[in-house]
Amino acid sequence: MAPNASCASDKLRANGFYIVTDLTNLGVKAIRDGVASGEFTAREVATGFNAAIEAAAELNTFIVTTPEKALEAADAADTARAAGKPLGKMGGVPIGMKDLFCTAGTQTTAASHILEGFVPQYESTVSANLWNAGAGMLGKLNLDQFAMGSSNETSYFGPAKSPWRKEGSNTALTAGGSSGGSSSAVAARLCPAATGTDTGGSIRQPAAVTGIVGIKPTYGRCSRWGVVAFASSLDQVGPMARSVEDCAIMLGAMAGFDPKDSTSLDMPVPDWEAALDADLKGKKVGIPREYRMEGTPQDILDSWKQGEEWLKDAGAQIVEISLPHTKYALPAYYIIAPAEASSNLARYDGVRYGLRDLPDGSGLQDMYAATRADGFGDEVKRRILIGTYVLSAGFYDAYYTQAQKIRTLVAQDFEKAWGECDVILAPTTPSAAFGLGEMQSDPLAMYLNDVFAVPASLAGLPAMNVPAGLNSDGLPLGLQIVGKPFDEQGVLNTGLAIEQRAGFTARAEKWW
Amino acid sequence: MSNYRIQGATGEWEVVIGLEVHAQVSSKAKLFSGANTEFGAEPNTQVSLVDAAMPGMLPVPNRECIRQAVRTGMAIEAQINAWSRFDRKNYFYADLPQGYQISQLYHPIVGEGQLLIEADPKGGIPEDKIIGIERIHVEQDAGKLMHDQHPTMSYVDLNRSGVALMEIVSMADMRSPAEAGAYVRKLRSILRYVGSCDGNMEQGSMRADVNVSVRKPGPITEEHPLGTRTETKNVNSVRFVMAVIEGEARRQVDLIEDGGTVVQETRLYDPDRNETRSMRSKEDAHDYRYFPDPDLLPIELDDAFLTECRDSLPELPDAKRARYTQQLGMNDYNAAQLTAEVETFARFETLLAETSSALGKSESDVATQVANWTLSVAPGVIKSIGDEANLEYATSAAQAAILKMVDAGEVSGGQSKEIYEIVLKTGRDPAEIAETEGLKQQSDSGAIEAEIDTILAANQDKVEQYKGGKDKLFGFFVGQTMKAMEGKANPQVVNELLKAKLD
Repeated sequence: MAPNASCASDKLRANGFYIVTDLTNLGVKAIRDGVASGEFTAREVATGFNAAIEAAAELNTFIVTTPEKALEAADAADTARAAGKPLGKMGGVPIGMKDLFCTAGTQTTAASHILEGFVPQYESTVSANLWNAGAGMLGKLNLDQFAMGSSNETSYFGPAKSPWRKEGSNTALTAGGSSGGSSSAVAARLCPAATGTDTGGSIRQPAAVTGIVGIKPTYGRCSRWGVVAFASSLDQVGPMARSVEDCAIMLGAMAGFDPKDSTSLDMPVPDWEAALDADLKGKKVGIPREYRMEGTPQDILDSWKQGEEWLKDAGAQIVEISLPHTKYALPAYYIIAPAEASSNLARYDGVRYGLRDLPDGSGLQDMYAATRADGFGDEVKRRILIGTYVLSAGFYDAYYTQAQKIRTLVAQDFEKAWGECDVILAPTTPSAAFGLGEMQSDPLAMYLNDVFAVPASLAGLPAMNVPAGLNSDGLPLGLQIVGKPFDEQGVLNTGLAIEQRAGFTARAEKWW
Repeated sequence: MSNYRIQGATGEWEVVIGLEVHAQVSSKAKLFSGANTEFGAEPNTQVSLVDAAMPGMLPVPNRECIRQAVRTGMAIEAQINAWSRFDRKNYFYADLPQGYQISQLYHPIVGEGQLLIEADPKGGIPEDKIIGIERIHVEQDAGKLMHDQHPTMSYVDLNRSGVALMEIVSMADMRSPAEAGAYVRKLRSILRYVGSCDGNMEQGSMRADVNVSVRKPGPITEEHPLGTRTETKNVNSVRFVMAVIEGEARRQVDLIEDGGTVVQETRLYDPDRNETRSMRSKEDAHDYRYFPDPDLLPIELDDAFLTECRDSLPELPDAKRARYTQQLGMNDYNAAQLTAEVETFARFETLLAETSSALGKSESDVATQVANWTLSVAPGVIKSIGDEANLEYATSAAQAAILKMVDAGEVSGGQSKEIYEIVLKTGRDPAEIAETEGLKQQSDSGAIEAEIDTILAANQDKVEQYKGGKDKLFGFFVGQTMKAMEGKANPQVVNELLKAKLD
């Protein structure tokens, strides 16, 4: 794809045209290498994406756009190149930033009303790492409010829409959640890559339903400093892009030990990009029998089976494994995550920053009540209530303590499985994208979206979605690869093997 | 056993006391942020992003605070937990930016320990007593609300937000205000020895939550348990702690004897009125929803760390006191006085070493002299001249030089005070002062003998009476001799010479 695009660009330029939108078809590697080699300038790239974003307001992917920041970083890359200086790992690549990352001088809302207008004075470690690697910011991407949701519908700013539609239908579909702005923007070519965060599937599920790649690395691989917290023991950030290689590049730029995050891994960051290798000879791929859940649609099962075949073709041996506590993972997750959230979100109280509702003559308690009632959406309130309940005296042992025990058992399931296999292959989601509004009235059905994603989150394992194909409605389906702790490489390599065989080139037809 | 009793209409009552002392850890930075901890700064000038609980901020434990808590634990002979963990205590208040306090409920860093309070019969403590300590845990302090800055609003100062505290929880082992007072003083002394807290109660570096209940005297059994306790929060002096206990015990006895019952509640002390009032009852108590802080890993202490903590501990009050009495031959009173405060023993030990080397005598040989000087003579001189004293001149070298002249008999006790007074005012050299100002006593036996001979010759009648058994006249001869010598004769030499001539 890349050579064609750049040739086209060259030709157009030679003819005096200056149409750069075609550069938006390029991914991270193609842009980085193209800027480095001088095929095109970073400014042309950034200009192209800025224009594409401007034209895609209908998708509601961005909460704020920052075209000037993208151009500024692009110019810095072009200047560096002109001066013969080496470009960073992401040199000249403009990206979208999930609006959960604090960005100095740019509004950071977590898609909530309570943080509307909040402009941090500080830059999250991961976004700073990306800027240091030469990336530029196109804008802040929509998400489920405080990353709580699986459809992007809990955003105070309205849901991001998927660029995909069912064949013959105009119904707006979910781009998944919580990183729905990220998935939609990457799938719609509004940015070559975006940051995501994944607490219980928030990178993998949106990637799956929009046909892109997204990896949640091992817990602690990327710093959480400056990322608005949802559930601290589960939150992990990662890249979302359209190829495995792009994810490997971007993850390399994001990851690293951060002394400001006590849970950050103090380990060297491997060169995942350089070590990509789709040859799986000698590798064992585990198929967890407990993931064959009742009611799973046939197209999901078929795509999973297809994945097995591809991996066999890549030289891997397929083994059936057991993760016996899988069915308890989702309930445990929906205790632990809300428990932590109920405490993490206590700081939004109207005292120091963000929204403050201070009715006439009211006192501190009234201010808390009014601010939080107005500032949080229903789903956030629901989880704060659940979390408060499960931590309350008299309920703590029955819920929180039990959930932590389950978490340990789920992690032990995986540890045992690693005796039998190197990576695990599973579906990412129980279905393809659903229509916006379809599930809003049924929170439990919504929670079930995370059923395949949550176990790896509880165990802190690296896990990735890679597109596998389209279903009969013409909607993307994804496959999930879960790896051993710290073995992002194994996950990426397995993903690459699938990517090469799936040949997923489908893209949403532009309607916006 | 304490004999402290409250006299009630129905007879005697015993008071049962437990204390939770909050001690601010001496560290430059806060428990989970790099912000400064100095007292008295302008509001909100020592606040990091973490302390203000900005979105996405994370706590990182300050190793020095952990170290000081461990050393404190070791100083009270407590069990040190090599594995401990931080928990969140959740509640809303405007001075608590995170909406939770990071504390340790389930796995504190320090387990059970103890400290000794010394007998003080006059002060109401008949004998030495061991007070059990249940635990020490580390936690964050909150900020401060200021209600006097605006007619309708309260202001928040976050300078204290996130400062490290040790909460030192005693067992309910105390039975009188005196014991509680002694406990706080002893604990303060240990903290200051260890250097883990400056013990400054006025600045809030140390404050106590006082748990009080009353019961009829007798062994604690299932049939005769402890009474219902109240907790009076944030009491910030030893005197107030004792006052709270007295007042609260009295209140509870009166309440029970009037047919009421004590309710478990939190109370506040008003020092101006010397009374406590209810803040909230158990029914309104917060459900703090404690759970392990997911932003923090457990604290694991390795052997090297523990060894370093132990090796860095100084000689502690009890050991020091024992050494002063046993090795330095000091009396109990002096030993207790000298070891109570860090500054006092530090001054004493420096002067002791200096004097010992100046005199070429062992420390035990000069300890009593140096102790008397440190506790009585030197403070007396300083007090007598007040502001004129420049304490920069109070060097141990100068003081040792004076003590050396005293020891050699060159200077009398009275002269030593005069010399020290000039030293403190001027910084001049003590030997030079003695010389220049004529502040030396005569030890030249020849000169003294000559005067004695003159006096004896002039008072033959009295010499006869003395020899006839009127011993008291010896004092007369000494007085006459000293007068003749203008007070500068060495009394010891005078005594010896007179004895030799008369006996």
